[in-house]
Amino acid sequence: MIALDALHAAPPVLTLHAPVLLVAAPLIAACAAALAPSGRIGWMISVTGSVFAAWMALALVGETARHGLVTYTFGGFAPPLGIGFHIDGFSAMMALLISCAGVIASIYSGHALTTEVRAEKHTLVQAGFMLCQTGLLGLVSTGDAFNAFVFLEVSSIGTYALVAIGESRDRRALPAAFNYLIMGTIGATFYLVGLGFLYAATGTLNMVDMAARLATLSDSTVVQAGFAFVVVGLGIKAAMFPLHGWLPGAYAYAPSLVSIFLAATATKASLYLMARFVFDVFPDGAAFGQGFIHWVLAPLAATAAIVCSIQAVFEREVRRILAFSSVAQVGFILLGLSVGAAAGFSGAMLYLLAHALLKMTLFMAIGGLALSLRFRTLDDIAGIARDAPWSATAFAIGAAGLAGAPLTIGFLAKWRLIEDALHAGQIWIVVVLAVASLLTLLYVGRMVEAVFFRAAPAGAQRAKEAPVGVLAPLFVIAGLCIWFGIDASLPEQLANSASRALMGAL
Amino acid sequence: MTGSGELLIMLALIVPLFAAVAIYAVGRMPDVRETLTIVTCIGLSIITITMFVRTGAGDPPSWVLARPMAGLEIAFRIEPLGALFALMASVLWGINSLFSIGYMRGRREGNQTRFYVCFALAMFAVMGIAMAANLFTLFIFYEILTFATYPLVVHAGDAKARKAGRIYLATLVGASLVLFLPGIIGVQIVAGSTMFTQGGLLFGKVDMAAGNTLLLLLVFGAAKAALMPLHGWLPRAMVAPAPVSAMLHAVAVVKAGVFVVLKTSAYIFGPDLISVLPAAGWLLWVAAGTIVIASVIAMTKDDLKSRLAWSTVGQLAYITSAALLPAGAGLVAGGLHMLVHAFAKITLFFCAGAIYVATGASKVSEMRAMGRAMPIVFTCFFIGALCVVGLPPFGGAWSKFLLITAAFGTLEWATAAAMIVSSLLGLLYLVPVAVRGLLPVQGEVASRGFIRPGGAPGSSVAALMVTAGMCLALFLLADEIVRYLAPIAERAP
Repeated sequence: MIALDALHAAPPVLTLHAPVLLVAAPLIAACAAALAPSGRIGWMISVTGSVFAAWMALALVGETARHGLVTYTFGGFAPPLGIGFHIDGFSAMMALLISCAGVIASIYSGHALTTEVRAEKHTLVQAGFMLCQTGLLGLVSTGDAFNAFVFLEVSSIGTYALVAIGESRDRRALPAAFNYLIMGTIGATFYLVGLGFLYAATGTLNMVDMAARLATLSDSTVVQAGFAFVVVGLGIKAAMFPLHGWLPGAYAYAPSLVSIFLAATATKASLYLMARFVFDVFPDGAAFGQGFIHWVLAPLAATAAIVCSIQAVFEREVRRILAFSSVAQVGFILLGLSVGAAAGFSGAMLYLLAHALLKMTLFMAIGGLALSLRFRTLDDIAGIARDAPWSATAFAIGAAGLAGAPLTIGFLAKWRLIEDALHAGQIWIVVVLAVASLLTLLYVGRMVEAVFFRAAPAGAQRAKEAPVGVLAPLFVIAGLCIWFGIDASLPEQLANSASRALMGAL
Repeated sequence: MTGSGELLIMLALIVPLFAAVAIYAVGRMPDVRETLTIVTCIGLSIITITMFVRTGAGDPPSWVLARPMAGLEIAFRIEPLGALFALMASVLWGINSLFSIGYMRGRREGNQTRFYVCFALAMFAVMGIAMAANLFTLFIFYEILTFATYPLVVHAGDAKARKAGRIYLATLVGASLVLFLPGIIGVQIVAGSTMFTQGGLLFGKVDMAAGNTLLLLLVFGAAKAALMPLHGWLPRAMVAPAPVSAMLHAVAVVKAGVFVVLKTSAYIFGPDLISVLPAAGWLLWVAAGTIVIASVIAMTKDDLKSRLAWSTVGQLAYITSAALLPAGAGLVAGGLHMLVHAFAKITLFFCAGAIYVATGASKVSEMRAMGRAMPIVFTCFFIGALCVVGLPPFGGAWSKFLLITAAFGTLEWATAAAMIVSSLLGLLYLVPVAVRGLLPVQGEVASRGFIRPGGAPGSSVAALMVTAGMCLALFLLADEIVRYLAPIAERAP
């Protein structure tokens, strides 16, 4: 068992500047990758940048576990006037998640891109991918609300391009990317408008400062309007029901490198920002208080968990099943957040980590299979376990975890979530979680049944086992899904430290 | 001695797991595969006998495997009931494997390697359930058991088997997710752990409302106990081959269900809490209803395995009733009945399987006068039937006697009446099958001859003779077992 507060991942000099290096590394890598002479070199640059960022994130996790809060100011102006990074346990957990997902996805992309994307675009894909990582890492590190908007857009613009590049495999990627672009821009604009209101009311953009000033403003219509705009804007980005329309297309038709990374990180980074605003920036009662959580957030999350699970049950395309499942799982996380004020956020945080791991495993296993076989529906992957047993095994691990099977991280996360809901005395949430878990089991069961128990239709195209370059990262995360299911001390510490960071403000 | 206790538990888990892998590896060589199965069964039986003896000697093995999160432990500790369950399951697995070899070869079934692998995995899960030190660990293995036995239920692969499999999964997993899991987490929240504790973990920690809710969640959540209305999966699961019905749906799976109910009652609620909870009384009515209704339905079934399945539903409700009688009066009797019924019912299923392999007959009406050709099988069926009904000189006599006495002693008239009525009904729907087979009415001849040359396979007949003999032996051993189980009904020290 590793204690996080004894973690000294990097030498002191690097640790001191880790907040900025965390974001600068992928940014530099993005520029370098765009200029790289060949796709291969672009890939190496991308892997190097991601690994460095993950290293810095690890250093920050240790620092935040020891000191609680790491601040880093830019340009010699101290916050609230200047812009500063403000990294607590929650930020560090998210940074570690994003950068590790980046490492896994970039290693995987070495093989995947060659079959999915035209060769001349490889360096650009890597550049876009690193840009996306830069944005997400900056988003979770910054302590400035406007700065967060900038990073959100940096990551989004990278993502739009990456989704659209999936057109060489499936032309539906183009309308999906356009849809995502429109929705994403609306979301960002709403967030910006909301920020405008809040700036008008408080005169500051620094989140800590804003929280302090909002505490003195009660029942202000301007503040309430600002809150509403911010939450709706981020709700779109986080695919909060019913603002999730863009997600299934974007996840389903993007190149697999992109779906893997997005599934693990994109909506979660927006959730991070939303949680910051709802629980941290707006002190209890400043806008709508607990009323918003009880009457808007929790019911919407519950609807998402049920409705989108049902949609996944009736969906036939494999990637769209996983995409609808992601929206439903965002509902699970939001349900966990909604009881956080009473029971702590560790359940929601653990679930967030678990879902990231599990969905990555699933998307990567599917992506590995897609290298040798073009498929859309469940019928197309019937009996694939005979041809590609290793990919199918990893898929089964991810699927079992998603369904909450014991001995996987999914089970412990679900356990903690239900425990939190019971602690908060919200029996109805326990019922919703149980029913949604049952639905999850249904669609997961359909996928596993197709892969393992159905015979391949006669004359169907045969799949080949994924190459080692795909299987290696795939089994690293599939192994983690099980390892954390038996000894969850590491994710639990991360989740607890994130929960403390959010609780501190309450 | 802690070291050797940990080793025993570790072995009890690893041996069946290793067997599953090894059986898969040598799947192409049926003789090696089946020798391996038998050797594993013997090894596992030796392990469980050692645990049984050590537990009886007051030195129960225990082992903490992992601590996944704060407050949660994957831990094992043997207590008398678990030791008995593990012993019973491992010994019967060996006998059942003997039976399976004859049956599966005789029927030329497909996918035999998968069959033996899943069986070994199911035994792994059963060992985990029997040895679990807390509800959290128990739940993990309880779920594994469901998924390991699903391929066995759908073994035939046709539409009927697949439908039965879907109902099997939906009922068992659905109940465990919606009822059992929230119940367990509820216990964790109320008590801070889910550890099985002498005298009851929750005793003195819950109010009436919470206690009632948790009891209902846990008892109905253990749908493997087939308490009505969650019993529908069991008769449908009879589409599986006879060894599966015999081992899993008379011994391992259903007994895991009632084992959970017994352990929950004894160690989570405790005799004193069960006595005061109104929900225990409601559940007694449900169980009494299950006993009577299942017996009545069993009378109407012509398919022998289906009749046996309905009889199992009723007999399981005896044990559930026993667990819920006030003041822990029925706990020991329930544990004894769990054991006796396992031996009796597996004998009956073996006989049904042997008749089916030999003649292809599966309906009671086809079995008249067949006893002439298969005297041993029908005699053993007779013994098994009398044991289930509860007549001396068979083990069932003691367990039924203790159960009915306990029900009268705690003034639960409805439960006592249901048990008596159902026993009489059992006399009507089980015993005649054997009697009509052995002593046909004048002039009646068997409707079919042997479809397999030589009749029932020798290893299958040997297996059912052993279990029938055990029904007799348990009549003499009952007192020993009652004394062995006595600690489970004790109050907190």
